[in-house]
Amino acid sequence: MPRQLTIFGSGILFGAGLTLGGMTDPKRVRGFLDLFGNWDPTLAFVMGGAVLVMAVAWIVQPRLARPLFADAFSIPTRRDLSPKLIGGAALFGIGWGIAGLCPGPGIAALVIEPISAAIFVSAMLAGMFLVRLVEGGA
Amino acid sequence: MILPGFPDATPLAGLGGGILIGLAAALMLLGVGRIAGVSGIAARAARISDSSLPVSSAWLFVIGLPLGALIVMWISGGLQPSFASPIVLAIAGVIVGAGTRLGSGCTSGHGVCGMSRLSPRSLVATATFMTTGIATVAIMNAMGMEVLQ
Repeated sequence: MPRQLTIFGSGILFGAGLTLGGMTDPKRVRGFLDLFGNWDPTLAFVMGGAVLVMAVAWIVQPRLARPLFADAFSIPTRRDLSPKLIGGAALFGIGWGIAGLCPGPGIAALVIEPISAAIFVSAMLAGMFLVRLVEGGA
Repeated sequence: MILPGFPDATPLAGLGGGILIGLAAALMLLGVGRIAGVSGIAARAARISDSSLPVSSAWLFVIGLPLGALIVMWISGGLQPSFASPIVLAIAGVIVGAGTRLGSGCTSGHGVCGMSRLSPRSLVATATFMTTGIATVAIMNAMGMEVLQ
């Protein structure tokens, strides 16, 4: 139960932060990416604030034998720089630039602009499913 | 607070939002031992990916996102963002979805959780998607493509 509440609380905090920071506003996101035009630096503050807080969490993490409400840490360990990683990230950036939405803000925006966000999220899930199909998953 | 030279920027709201995102990711890591990567969690909720995260837990996180947005909307008295047209949103959505699966993450997993632990994969992924995002907007602007309605 504390485990479920923690995950739910994290989602709520995350959604609130995305919205307060302006990540759910495509104009602000595209303004941030418009480095060679009318640049809006707001998202640099979002990224900076989030990375700073999370860097502290990464300092605390190795000092814990296990997470507060779970049996073990489940953290990515890969360090290889594969073409798939870079190609995927490149693709993601293109999609992010086109509409000014990434996955978290797209989902959070379901209560801000329901129809637009639902179209984006459905298409995003379709894109994810497509990769799974191509890669031969069930 | 106004940032000199950038009248439209909202640095304090940005910083506040960033801190909330950081706290959310820290809660996920220290509380349940996991990375708050939204694309991965969303894929898990939709049963598109295999992971040890229970599908029900993935749903709790996913449902939390719009609830958090709702709280900020109530406090701030409504938001009026402009979104792209349905066709543009659909095209961008497919590209974002496919890209995050191939690239093992998005702005949250790589940009926040990975960058803050100096993961080489996340540093490279973030530099890559920032570059293509900036290039995409620059090219679209050069072509006079206005997508936000």
